[in-house]
Amino acid sequence: MMHTPVEREADAPLLRLTSISKVYPGVQALDEVDFELRAGETHVLFGENGAGKSTLISIIAGANQPSAGMIQLNGEPVKFTSVHDARMRGISTVFQEFSLVSTLSVEENLFLGAEPTRAGLLNKSAIRKEAHDILNRLGFSISPQAIVADLPRAEQQMVEIARAFRSGISVLILDEPTASLTDKETDQLFALIAQLKARGVGIIYITHRIREIQRIGDRVTVLRDGRKIATFEAQFHEDELVRSMLGREITQLYPTVRSAPASNLLEIDNLSSVSDRLKDVSLTVRSGEIVGLAGLIGSGKSEIVRAAFGLRRIDSGRVRLEGQDVTGFSAARMLKAGFMYLPPDRREEGLVMMRPCRENMTLAALDQTEFSTRGWLNLSRERKYTTALAREVELSPMAPERAVQGFSGGNQQKVMLARSLTRPAKLYAFDEPTVGVDVGTRAAIYRFIASLCEAGAGIILISSDLPEILHLAHRAYVFYGGEIKAEVSGSDLTEETILPHFFERTTA
Amino acid sequence: MKSTASNAATVSEPALFTPRAARRTISSTFVRVGVLPLILLAAIVVFSLLSNNFLTPRNLTNVFRQSVFLTIVSLGQMMVLLTGGFDLSVGTTIALTSVVGAMAMAAAAAAMPDMVPLAITIGCMAGLLSGLGIGLINGLGVALVGVSPFIMTLGLSSIGFGIALYLTGGTPVYGMPKEFGGFFGFGVFLGIPIPIWVALGMIAGSFVLVNWTRFGRTLYAVGGNIRAAELSGVNTKKTLLFVYMLSALFAAVAGMLLTARMDTGEANIGSSMPLESIAACVIAGVSLRGGIGRMENVVIGALFISLLQNGMNLARFNSYLQTIVIGCILILAVAVDQIRRRYILGR
Repeated sequence: MMHTPVEREADAPLLRLTSISKVYPGVQALDEVDFELRAGETHVLFGENGAGKSTLISIIAGANQPSAGMIQLNGEPVKFTSVHDARMRGISTVFQEFSLVSTLSVEENLFLGAEPTRAGLLNKSAIRKEAHDILNRLGFSISPQAIVADLPRAEQQMVEIARAFRSGISVLILDEPTASLTDKETDQLFALIAQLKARGVGIIYITHRIREIQRIGDRVTVLRDGRKIATFEAQFHEDELVRSMLGREITQLYPTVRSAPASNLLEIDNLSSVSDRLKDVSLTVRSGEIVGLAGLIGSGKSEIVRAAFGLRRIDSGRVRLEGQDVTGFSAARMLKAGFMYLPPDRREEGLVMMRPCRENMTLAALDQTEFSTRGWLNLSRERKYTTALAREVELSPMAPERAVQGFSGGNQQKVMLARSLTRPAKLYAFDEPTVGVDVGTRAAIYRFIASLCEAGAGIILISSDLPEILHLAHRAYVFYGGEIKAEVSGSDLTEETILPHFFERTTA
Repeated sequence: MKSTASNAATVSEPALFTPRAARRTISSTFVRVGVLPLILLAAIVVFSLLSNNFLTPRNLTNVFRQSVFLTIVSLGQMMVLLTGGFDLSVGTTIALTSVVGAMAMAAAAAAMPDMVPLAITIGCMAGLLSGLGIGLINGLGVALVGVSPFIMTLGLSSIGFGIALYLTGGTPVYGMPKEFGGFFGFGVFLGIPIPIWVALGMIAGSFVLVNWTRFGRTLYAVGGNIRAAELSGVNTKKTLLFVYMLSALFAAVAGMLLTARMDTGEANIGSSMPLESIAACVIAGVSLRGGIGRMENVVIGALFISLLQNGMNLARFNSYLQTIVIGCILILAVAVDQIRRRYILGR
């Protein structure tokens, strides 16, 4: 190859990556990936979990260094040694995993590491004023003095985004920024992105939502198994995109789930809880059906199940499982009684991140004779069982002995799902099972849920993704402000019947 | 030849003798086994060069016997560290066990001079129970009330030493039957000192407990993510309560063995134990945040610290300098291990 002197071309792209590779011990995370970002465009990165998207952006953001390859910024070769280094050159990143200090306030977080000072002391009034300005400009209604730990997840996400807008930026990287935002907040974010584009900022956007790609994407680059498959210009066909991502056709995202509702499994009668703002909630779940719980984040759809599962205080009301009163039972007793709840936040309360997949899969079932007798573990049987499970949920890479933290988000979710197969249960509650999960894995998760239901289990599906509820649930409850606003079933399950109940009703 | 050596990555057959392959073998060994075996090996080499007496069977037996107390305490300490806590009261437990055990044994021996085995049993039980009492209080405080392990065990450490000193007035407790020291302190079975047998038994027991029982698994889960453990139906409070009692029980056994070795009950022993046992665990790669650690490495860690002390004594290191060396090696070992971990995670 001829070596030409590097010169600044007038029409050089804002950012150009040439044959970037990244090797981890035993894994080739990226294999000679080329990527290009023009000023003023939104370039979407698309691919399955574990395809290499996160690794690629972590390299651009300076959090990771490539094993081989070249990065050019405005035509000049650059090497980023840290996130700070990249930020100084105008590359700002909103990571999927929050990088906020939860004990500090919003404004302290916004200026963390770049606090304006006067005579060597913190200039607190300037911090307050600028924080206020940034939040206002973004249209986020968050108090700058609020402590981050006290904010709901969606608002924490907004703070994370606001932080990226702090300084002069030329490249903005957004990793699934809308995962926990409401539609209104999403609109605000998109308006903002449009503004930035107009100012010539290049935006790298990671999402699993095809609708978002169609709405704001100018170009789409598809990654698969650490390799670049294709870059599509604005015009593309949805099927084509999914096919190139998966390397195969996906026939059907949502399976048709046969419903054969039988006896009542779970009955919640007039449950109220002051701390969770639940008011007089009653619902039933029968065996052999999928019951969807819809509503906004904080509407009570997750809180009610957590209360019923014994994780939250119940002030009044009753919970019955197969007719037996189980009100106020601990999680351990609920599991024994056949009720399994899979939490939404894998990192916070789902998985023991530094332990192997095997241990995480069996954590809730160590009392089963399959895995232990009188307190003694049967490690060889456990290993055999979890290897089979890993194959069943298509864990990738197939390494059940590796620590969970080394897997992509979708594969972590698969480990969680595998857990639900380790002990017999009659009732399963899935809380946001597909957040941050790619289309291929989502289809697998839906098939999984469907098979549980068709085997006769009762399923509670808590989801902020409305299409998920519409396609899978046989019956749905819509929550708003800690109350059930509607119960819809069968052919009435449509966006038109459900969506109005998501918000405060203006008419009585 | 030169050019193929640089391409060793793609040529895989006789690559064993190229410098690059050798380096890779060393570094992959390092990544797999960690720093501890390497510095243990280095210490053995250095000390056998410095002193002719170091690598003799007699001295090595000596090292093992000296390491017994620290090893046993470190086993319990490790389990507490796995749950994400600390036990700073292991030293106090040793002291209180020693004092209470010796007083009870002396009193029993005086009351019934003909029944030595019974007196020894009574003394040991009294000692172990007093130690277990400390563990129970620690466990209740941490598991049920939610006091931070640091404060709970630190506070109890002060209380325990106070009680031990108060009971004895600061003087050693005499009057135990000499058979006690003769057996548990200096006895030999099949050519191996009794304390080493006890330690071997406890190592085997804790290895099985940590790796092969549900309780052991829950230690890792509680330390790794207590919320996830709770949601999975693990009784986290019970786990925490038990682990502090276990740690205290292990320290109490060490306390009784030490008492047998000294033939007196002492209130002012064990004060260096909290630091040394935590150091042994940390050198062995046990995470202070919980959830990570291997029992077999902890045994080597405790052995290493004892070996270091023994070797420096033989090489006539100034005793003030010895503490500096131990501090340096602790920090160095953890720093290097941190680098190793970064390499494993690939960042």
